[in-house]
Amino acid sequence: MSWPDLTQSFPPVVRAGLPLFAITLTLGAYLVGVEIQKRFRNPLANPVLIAIMIIGVTLRLLHLSYQDYFTGAQFIHFLLGPATVALAIPMVRALEHMRRGFWPMISALLAGSLIGIVSGYGLVCLLGGSQTVALSMAPKSLTTPIAIAVSTSIGGIPSLSAVLAILGGILVAISIDPVLHWLKIDEPSAKGLAAGTAGSGIGASRVIPQHTLSAAFAGVAIGANGILTALLAPILVPLLKHW
Amino acid sequence: MSMIQSIFILLLFQLAGELLSGLTHVPVPGPVIGMMLLAAFYILRRREPSPALQHAADGLLSWLGLLFVPAGVGIVANLALLRSAWLPISVALIGSTFITLVTTAWIMHRFGNRASIQREGL
Repeated sequence: MSWPDLTQSFPPVVRAGLPLFAITLTLGAYLVGVEIQKRFRNPLANPVLIAIMIIGVTLRLLHLSYQDYFTGAQFIHFLLGPATVALAIPMVRALEHMRRGFWPMISALLAGSLIGIVSGYGLVCLLGGSQTVALSMAPKSLTTPIAIAVSTSIGGIPSLSAVLAILGGILVAISIDPVLHWLKIDEPSAKGLAAGTAGSGIGASRVIPQHTLSAAFAGVAIGANGILTALLAPILVPLLKHW
Repeated sequence: MSMIQSIFILLLFQLAGELLSGLTHVPVPGPVIGMMLLAAFYILRRREPSPALQHAADGLLSWLGLLFVPAGVGIVANLALLRSAWLPISVALIGSTFITLVTTAWIMHRFGNRASIQREGL
């Protein structure tokens, strides 16, 4: 923690109210983010990013640590589990579409997974970053728990990988609409698959409300890229190190 | 099927996923295994999920962004880590994310369309 923890000196009543405060703050900050997004209609006005900044500043002003915040926020965090399981539902609905585009989907997933690992690792090395940072960058496209597991197994810094996975997801949420519009790609299947492969859950959260097919392909991509990278990274990384 | 039943099913499959993940030591988290199990369940039984379950899933997924906020605030607590090598980190993150996004979308766009057009004889 980079700022002093003064909460120990708070009276017990205040400490007991911390979880309630953290949950209310999280919902409030996210609602403000959604409102700003509606108002400005600019991809940069991303509700997740705005909420993180509001909460970050609030915690700093109140001298609360991340641990203090998380004692309450963990109840919202917990819902990520069932929400991930829920991604199966749009997948079942889109089964026919997936059968039809099965081989293109597998090719796109494999290519995205490979390029994500190699370009993440390679770019850090090219720019003079340390090998540990490069290894932490390799699994950055994955959903956070898989990114942490892969980072640990290949010798990266797990917490750095987690942060990079979240930042990468925000980046995808911000850039996917303008970038794909510029490339004239507007099919929900391609959009969903790209959002899930490059930006996992946060990337997917941007395209899920747009189309039920986007949600389905994003769900498949989150799972498939996680599994592919978990299998490929330990094989690829030793090759990359020698290169 | 009620809301409670829907939540129960999602949690049950997550629990099954967590158990499988723990028992087999595969590096895939429980919720992702739970997602695959739930999809396989409905695909193998050739049944549509009930309207209540679809409703609960859609409801949870429409707020997916919110659920990442608590973990995301962790970035603020880890700023020092990022600052230590900010140039290679920021350029590699932006560059690699962009290449991955474009490659995946382009392959699906280019070949996914053609496959479905040929199959449908259009």
